[in-house]
Amino acid sequence: MFAATALDHRNRRTQRAFKALFGLMTLMLITPVIIILTVLVVKGGPALSMEFLFSAPSNGMTAGGIFPALVGTVWLVAVALLASVPVGVASAIYLAEYAPDNWFTRLINLAIINLAGVPSIVHALFGVGAFVLFAGFGESILAASLTLAVMTLPVVIVATRESLQAVPKAFREACWNMGATRWQTIWKVVLPNSISGILTGVILEVSRTSGETAPIMFTGAALFLPFLPQGVLDQTMALSLHLFVLSTQVPNVPEHLEYGVALVLIGMVLAMNALSIGFRVYLRGRKKW
Amino acid sequence: MTNIDRTVDLDRRGRDWYIDKAVSWLVFVGGASAIVLILGIFAFVTKEGLGFILGPMNFVEFFTNPAWRPTSRPPTYGILALMAGTASVTGLAMLISVPFSLGAAIYIGEFATGKVRETLKVLVELLAAIPSVVWGFIGLSIMNPLIIRVFNVPLGLGILNSGIILGLMAAPIMTTIAEDALKAVPDSYREAAEAMGASRWQVILKVVLPAAKHGLMAAVLLGVGRGFGETMAVLMSSGHSINLPTSPFDSVRALTATIAAELGEAPGGSDHFRALFTIGILLFLVTFAINLTADIVVRGKGKR
Amino acid sequence: MVDAEVKLSVRGLRISYGDHVALDGVDLDVRANEILGIIGPAGSGKTSFLRALNRMDELDTAMTVEGDILFDGRNVRDVRNVYALRRRIGVVFPLPVGLPMTIYDNVAFAPRIRGIRKRAQLDEIVERCLRRAALWEEVKDRLKALGSLLSGGQQQRLTIARALSQDPDLLLLDEFSIAVDPVTTMRIEDVLRGLKDELTIILVTNLVQQARRLADRTAFFLNGELVEVGVTEALFTGPVVDQRTRDYVEGRFG
Repeated sequence: MFAATALDHRNRRTQRAFKALFGLMTLMLITPVIIILTVLVVKGGPALSMEFLFSAPSNGMTAGGIFPALVGTVWLVAVALLASVPVGVASAIYLAEYAPDNWFTRLINLAIINLAGVPSIVHALFGVGAFVLFAGFGESILAASLTLAVMTLPVVIVATRESLQAVPKAFREACWNMGATRWQTIWKVVLPNSISGILTGVILEVSRTSGETAPIMFTGAALFLPFLPQGVLDQTMALSLHLFVLSTQVPNVPEHLEYGVALVLIGMVLAMNALSIGFRVYLRGRKKW
Repeated sequence: MTNIDRTVDLDRRGRDWYIDKAVSWLVFVGGASAIVLILGIFAFVTKEGLGFILGPMNFVEFFTNPAWRPTSRPPTYGILALMAGTASVTGLAMLISVPFSLGAAIYIGEFATGKVRETLKVLVELLAAIPSVVWGFIGLSIMNPLIIRVFNVPLGLGILNSGIILGLMAAPIMTTIAEDALKAVPDSYREAAEAMGASRWQVILKVVLPAAKHGLMAAVLLGVGRGFGETMAVLMSSGHSINLPTSPFDSVRALTATIAAELGEAPGGSDHFRALFTIGILLFLVTFAINLTADIVVRGKGKR
Repeated sequence: MVDAEVKLSVRGLRISYGDHVALDGVDLDVRANEILGIIGPAGSGKTSFLRALNRMDELDTAMTVEGDILFDGRNVRDVRNVYALRRRIGVVFPLPVGLPMTIYDNVAFAPRIRGIRKRAQLDEIVERCLRRAALWEEVKDRLKALGSLLSGGQQQRLTIARALSQDPDLLLLDEFSIAVDPVTTMRIEDVLRGLKDELTIILVTNLVQQARRLADRTAFFLNGELVEVGVTEALFTGPVVDQRTRDYVEGRFG
């Protein structure tokens, strides 16, 4: 009787110790990020101004702003989305609505996992081989964006497939029984009820795409350009590459400038992510069936 | 309109029928695109690399010579030091990342509840969102001076710096997948064990972890893949000098970073250019193997 | 009744899921404008039978259908436009499924995919179908409310209204009263009686007494076999044809 209580005591103590240990480990993962973000804000914050955002770099990139890089990133992301969203959504529709459970479907899934797992620099090599050289796009926004599109395709596919699968099967059956074709069912019932989930995935893709550096280095992003891109066959500056260039290639860049670029980039990426997460939480709270 | 001749109707394929057919083909093409793309990646990288493999490449030298001097005359193409660089950095990253990620997954999945749990998950997700070039910048501008000061070494760029950065980068993906694996263990297992008088941590240790074993292994594998393939962060934080490392403060050069640093200078079609694509083939094959293994490990659980 | 034309004729029907045979050797005729009840314990193949009629097996890769199903003399396998076939066969599920759109859009869905666009015509169809399903009075002021958020009983009547909006000649009901209260069940039964003049109804039910109340003829399925089919009253009180049927309808198993 007494022994059991002692054992109980010991168990509870062990349990508390474990919980504390694991909690501490979680904290150790989270704290560096909070510290890093704080440092970025403290050191990069002073650099931020309207002028910084809306003027071009000057003085051999040791002064001035980031406007061409910002515009370039928007170009790259927009063209990449135009290419990857239609293909990704089609792919997800196939997987969620049509694909039978066979070897071919398993192969597709394996391909998607690998597309997401291949190192970004290998995607860059593919971009150089396929788009810059073979397709003859040269180093251009088009080539860089297509490389980014291939790389982030899994993000769209996975998010879209998940939100399509969240629509109950019974809705589809009800439509089919009324004589609706598969496409009518998808178009009128499945897509309208998963569009917000798809959007969440697209926002996430924007976040991923705007931060990537390696895939665009040799496919269309330039170290420095004195002008803004006029079309998809032009080269462009990009925010992510600009950070790399400032911190490794250009001597004597004032610290606050580097931190400013890093802060803008991470701010953009995290804002997109937060938007996507917020959207998801909002969707979870809204009930339609 | 109720009494139109319906027997005809059953055989007439209207516009909707053809649209439906067309769409089913279209989405099939979309579905197959992932396969086409992954094959395309392999084909194009191989196409450029093949000229080197079949030409000047000496297999034994390639894998055993630590000297990577593509621009010397005559050039030497040995990737031993690069492999050592990648291995040491990834190894240290995993040493740091695996215990912390699994610990965090256990805490988030088994201990944390409600708001705390949701907040932690969001934070982990944000951690995963930080772009690799920003991590590289952090290695360069924050970690470098920190390591110099704390350990009193001349240079803070090297295995230690890269390993910590990569560890933090690989942690979110491992935590997320590991937590999914824990969540997939049915609650009935936990309840059954608890009903027999096991305490919480006993349940986790003796029931939950063994049941989630395969998923956890897959999580670690994918984390390794993430670290192995990381490019910009390693390029910026490793010091990028060719070395067979002997201490954690040594500066090293990774396979991925070599391509990133040199592709811009190598003239298209040159041996150097093609040698970089050959490294690309190696990277592709290794990550493919890692992902395939992870997939098989997870599937193996399903069969049991 | 005896001379009535045959609406649906099933010969040698066999339905299987992989190695599992759900239904085998079924020969059955359904006459125009009758209510055919199908009774039998769970797992006897009743639902599979309904799914085979409008070729829903095509959307379920595991399901295999063999044998002939003649609908108005046409083999359903040979129909070139399966969607046109499905439009002529209305289906009501055990659990009501209100689509996540407005009540109005739920009922207007089938007419719209049939190509009807005119507002006035749609209004007319929606009102007529909702009235026939005994739901109009309850929802006429909130046609813009979500159909998927109605109560169970209301959703089931919405499903019936939706099936009617297809303008079907055959209506399949699969244990429609499972999720519905007794009062609503009675109302729907009245609706079905009224519909008999215009269309043919197959009523799968787990309630033996419901078949007795509604069906002109009743079929008894057991373990994937059609045990007996005949005029409903004969099945209940006539001479015993198969002892298993009598045991089931009298509640000795099931």
